[in-house]
This record gives sequence, structure tokens and C-alpha cells, in this order.
Amino acid sequence: MKLPRWFHLLGSPPHVYRLAERLSPWLGGLGCALLAVGTVWGLGIAPTDFQQGESYRIIYIHPQTAYVGMMAYVVMAVAAAIGYVWRVKLAHAAAVSAAPIGAWFTFCALCTGALWGRPTWGTYWQWGDPRIMFEALLLFLFLGYLALRGAFDDRDKADRVTAILAVVGVVNIPIIHYSVEWWNSIHQTSTILREGGPAMTTDMLIPFLIMVAGFTLTFYWLLLRRLQAEILEREGSARWIRELVAEGSR
Amino acid sequence: MTEFLAMGEHGAYVWSAYGITLAVLIINVWLVRAKRRSALLRAQELATQVEVPRKQPTVRRLQ
Repeated sequence: MKLPRWFHLLGSPPHVYRLAERLSPWLGGLGCALLAVGTVWGLGIAPTDFQQGESYRIIYIHPQTAYVGMMAYVVMAVAAAIGYVWRVKLAHAAAVSAAPIGAWFTFCALCTGALWGRPTWGTYWQWGDPRIMFEALLLFLFLGYLALRGAFDDRDKADRVTAILAVVGVVNIPIIHYSVEWWNSIHQTSTILREGGPAMTTDMLIPFLIMVAGFTLTFYWLLLRRLQAEILEREGSARWIRELVAEGSR
Repeated sequence: MTEFLAMGEHGAYVWSAYGITLAVLIINVWLVRAKRRSALLRAQELATQVEVPRKQPTVRRLQ
């Protein structure tokens, strides 16, 4: 089987660096614009929920940040696996770049969840609620991954060892998703990804999806920018970086 | 306006959730910027250094 040229180029640091340079402004601009539109729509225009009142408006940030945290973990695990199996250094760089962003988004999901839980369920935190527990585990997986990296002086060794942790931890992702169906949880079951289509009216669903798109694009923008810095750190004094820096300072 | 800010008694929860999210986004952008800046500075430093030719391996003749 012959793989296309663009696919091989994804393993080339200078190519990916330049690609990121070109894509980042679009991802960042569009992502922030969607977040701004979605926030105004969700807070000001979308109708009030007949059961929860206004506190439901956290729905425009809480599921989205939780989903981005999970997506970040999958990106990290897939990249780490590619790096481990095919020894692609760039893939390891991508895995390392996804980790802190994922940790921040997961932290954000836990905080917004607590702030939504208080007015809705009467508690900020429920020990034993499966979804909350596995989401907290996700945060600790990210932090554990980063801490484990810090324990190695040798970058290649850190890449390989942490890749194993990243791949093993990926089991947690379907567990978080299905936790509301497998166990009794104070979380509701799936609202959007369910049989028979989303259980949400269109005037709430549109800003919801705008926010999903906004957070997703913002995540990839942050990821590419972080990856660029990671490439610069790893490639050190490679010739293409010398040329790039010379171009920039001219 | 006050009605909008009050969010039907739940203003404190809704606004602090949005505030935390905004703060997390800003922190992330700031962290990435700082990382990129220091990586670029380091690359510039490396680029200005004179390229040291690699030491050739010495071949010892067997006696």
C-alpha cells in the first residue's frame, strides 16, 4: 500500500510547523468568534428552561468543556500510541502538547459542574456519583501524565514511558461517556447523542452546538500553538529553525 | 439589565461558571504564548551561536 505524500509530511517537523503557522489564525479567530456569538446567544437570547430556570444556562459551557477535555485525552493517547509504535517524534510532541490543555478544560468542567450542581441538585460535589468520579480521574490522569514526564531527565525515555500511561488511561473515556447508563448517577442520561435525536429544542440546541464548535476550534488552536513551541524546543538548532529565526528577525 | 444579571436568583452560579471558563481560556492562551516566546528566544540564541563543527572520530591505528 502506498501512502499519499501529505500523510508522510505529517511526520516532518518543519512541514507541520509551517502548517500550524498557517492554520492557527483561522482556528483561533473562528473559535473565539463562535464562543462570543454562542455566549451572547446562550445567556441572552435562548429561552429560559421551564424546570431549572436560568441556572440551566451553564449548559452552554459545562458539557462542552467536559467534551473538549475528553477529546484532548483521546488526541493525547492516539498521538502517544503512534509515537510509541512507529517512533514518530512529532507524535510524542503532539501528545505532550495536548495534556496541559486537556487538564485545564477538565478542571473547568469540574468547576462549572459544581456550580451547576448546587442550584440544581442541592450539592456542589457528590462523592460516589460515577460521572463525577471518573471525570475527576480524568483530571488526575492528565496531572499524573505530566508529573511522570517531569520525573525523567531524558526526553525520549519520558516519551515512551508516559505513552504507556496515556494509552492505558484511555479506557476511562468510554467509561465517562456511558457512566450515566451503566450506573445510577445524578447526572442525566445523554441529551444530544441519543436515539431519536437530541432532546433539546432548536432555540437551545443552536447556541449549544455553536459553543461545541467554538470550544473545539479553540482547543485545536491552542494545541497547534503549543505544538509549535514544543517542536522548537525539541528540534533545537536544526537548520530549518535557524533559517526560520533569521527570517523572523530580519 | 438587573434582571439579566440576577439570572432568576441563580446569577452567582451562572456568572461564576462563565467567569471561570473565561479565566481558563485566558490562562491557556497566556501559557501557550509564554511557552512559544521562550522557545523562540532559545532558538534565536542557538541560531546566533557559531556552528561548532562536529568532532571527527579519531581513528587509532593498530600496532
